[in-house]
Amino acid sequence: MHSNTSRTVLDVLVKNHPGVMSHVCGLFSRRAFNVEAILCLPTDGGEESRIWLLVNEDDRLEQMIRQMRKLQDVHDVRLRPAAEETFARLGQVMRE
Amino acid sequence: MFSMTGAQLTISLLERQGIRTIAGIPGGANLPLYDALSRSTRIRHVLTRHEQGAGFLAQGMARVTGLPAVCFATSGPGATNILTAIADAKLDSIPVICITGQVPRAMIGTDAFQEVDTYGMSIPITKHNFLVREARDLLHIIPEAFAIATSGRPGPVLIDIPRDVQLETADFTHWPEIGEREPVPSCFDGDLDAAVEMLNSARRPILWLGGGVVASGAGQEMLTLAERASMPVTSTLMGLTAMPHDHPLNMGMLGMHAQRHTNMALEACDLILAAGVRFDDRATGKVQEFCPQAKVIHIDIDHSELDKLRAASVAILGDVREVVGALLPRIAPAERQEWIGYIEALKLAFPSQVPEQGGHDTPQELIRRVGELAGENAIVVTDVGKHQMWTAQSYPFMPGTGWLTSGGLGTMGFGLPTAIGAALAAPERKVVCFSGDGSLLMNIQEMATAAEQGVDVTIILMNNACLGLVHQQQELFFKANYFSSIYDVSVDFPLIATGFRWKTWDLAGAADPDAVLSEALAHRGPTLIHVPVDRDEKVWPMVPPGAANRTMLGGECHA
Repeated sequence: MHSNTSRTVLDVLVKNHPGVMSHVCGLFSRRAFNVEAILCLPTDGGEESRIWLLVNEDDRLEQMIRQMRKLQDVHDVRLRPAAEETFARLGQVMRE
Repeated sequence: MFSMTGAQLTISLLERQGIRTIAGIPGGANLPLYDALSRSTRIRHVLTRHEQGAGFLAQGMARVTGLPAVCFATSGPGATNILTAIADAKLDSIPVICITGQVPRAMIGTDAFQEVDTYGMSIPITKHNFLVREARDLLHIIPEAFAIATSGRPGPVLIDIPRDVQLETADFTHWPEIGEREPVPSCFDGDLDAAVEMLNSARRPILWLGGGVVASGAGQEMLTLAERASMPVTSTLMGLTAMPHDHPLNMGMLGMHAQRHTNMALEACDLILAAGVRFDDRATGKVQEFCPQAKVIHIDIDHSELDKLRAASVAILGDVREVVGALLPRIAPAERQEWIGYIEALKLAFPSQVPEQGGHDTPQELIRRVGELAGENAIVVTDVGKHQMWTAQSYPFMPGTGWLTSGGLGTMGFGLPTAIGAALAAPERKVVCFSGDGSLLMNIQEMATAAEQGVDVTIILMNNACLGLVHQQQELFFKANYFSSIYDVSVDFPLIATGFRWKTWDLAGAADPDAVLSEALAHRGPTLIHVPVDRDEKVWPMVPPGAANRTMLGGECHA
C-alpha cells in the first residue's frame, strides 16, 4: 500500500442481493479507479448491507459518488474518513 | 386470489403497462413467455430476423412515442445479440425494457447449454437490471422496471427470467400499481438567480441544445429564450429538431462536422447555456479547449453529468423544460447587435456548405430534396456514417420532425430495424431512413420483417461501395492507406431488396431523378431508393479526432 496517498472511506448503504457488489465495484473498475479495500456486512436482518470502500482521494471521487447514487440498489452514499482506522486494524487481523 | 405462471404474470403485467407490441425472437429459454404471449389478445408480436433487430425495433417505437417499448430474446446467443441495441439505448437515454430468458435456476453457473451471464454482461450497459429469482418477484420487478426506464434521465432496463421461474406458479391477491415516471425534484432558486444574472449580463451568449431538450419537450421555451435574449443557437446531433432549421438564430450542429462559422462562434462566446447535453467529444472536440472564453451554465436532469467533463459556473439539476420555464420571465430582452453582427460576419466569411434547396447533384442536395418531399411531419431515421452526417447537416429539420439516429454508440445497422419500429408506432407518418451500403448490410435481414409487417418505410441507400467515414479518415490521417474499407464485390441492392419483396427504385442513370424520387416517396410500403454516391464525396468540414474544434479540415468555399 502507498502510505503517502491520501485515503478516505465511502460508506455505502445498499440493498442486499447477489448482484449489488458487481454494480458498485463495476463502477470503479470500468473507470480504472482502484478500490484499495472492501468491507461489507449485512445490517438490519439482512435486507440491506453496508459496504465500506477504502479509496484514494482522487479528483474523480465526486463523479464516482454521483454515479453510485444513481444505482437503484444504492440507498445512501456518505464519506466517512474516520473509518480508515477500522481498515488499519483489520489489516492487523489479516496479517495474524 | 390470482394464480398464474411467471410467464403469464409477465405478459399480464406488460399488458397492464399499456404495451401493445413486442419485438423479439423465441428460443428454448423463453418459450414459456412466448406460449403466454400467444394467448394475449392485447399484445401483438413482431418476429424479427435477428435479436439486434428486435432491440432496435423497440428503440424505434420508444424514440417516436417517448414511452417505454419492450423486446424479447432468449438466453445465451439471443441475449448477447440484443445487447448492442441495449447499449445504444443507454448512450442515447432511450427507455427500452429488454426481457431475456435464462437457463433454469439450478443450472445457472454450470455453463449449461445457451447459458451466459446476461445479468453480469448487462450491468454496464443498462440503467438497471434484474435477475428474477421467484415468479412472485415479477409483481414488483416489472412495474419498477417501467418506473426506472422513464424516470429522471430515461434508459434501458433488462429483466433476465430463468425458464423455471417462467413456469413457476405465483399466487397473489392484488395487482401492483402500474410503474410510471416519477416527478422530477425542482431545482434550487439560488442556482436560478445566478443563471439569470449571468444570462442578463453576458455580451456574447450561445444557447446549446441537446437530446435532453427534445426529450423534455422544451423546444418552444428555448425558442422564446433565444429570441428574447438574442442568443444564437447550436445543437448536438441529438438536439437538431429542437429549433426550426431556417430560424435566423439557428447555427445548426456544433463539433466534428459543424459548419465553420458555428465552431468559430463558439470559440468567441463568453457564456454558453448548455441544456440537456453531456459534453460528448464529437460535439466539444478537445474538451479542455472548448469555448475557451466562456462561462458555462449547465442544465441537466442527471446529477452525474454536471461537472463531469467541464466544471460549470452554474450547474442546475432539473428537467430542462421546467428550468427554462422558471428562467424565462426573468430574462431581460436584449438586442446584442454587436454579437449578432459578428456572427453574421462569420457566416459571410465562412459560408455554409449546406444546400438551401434540394437537387440531385450532391448527396446533401438530395437529402434536402427528400426533406422537401417528405414534409415536416416525417420521421427521419439514419444509419451511421457519411450519410448520417450529411443528413444532420442538410435535412430541413422542424420541431415536428422525428429524428432517430444513433448518437452516442454510433451503431451501424441501427437504421432499418429502428425505422420499422418507428413505422409501427406511427403508421400514419412517412418514415424515411437514410442508410449507407456498409450500414444496411449489418441488419439487412430485417427487410424480411419489414415486408412481413407491410410497414411504410423508405430507405434512401447512399451507396459508395465502401465504409465511407473510415475511408475518409484513412485518406486524411493515414496517408490514403485504404485498408479494408473498400468493398470489392459490387452488391446489387435493388435485386436483393426485390428478393425481400421490397419495391425498389434506382437513381443510377435516371433521366429525371426528381420524378423517380417523387414516385418512390409517394409509394406506401417497404421501399428502397438506390443512390450511387462517389467514393470521394467527403463530409466537410471535419475536426480531426482529439483536436480542438477550431481545427477544421476541408469545407473551404470556393464559390
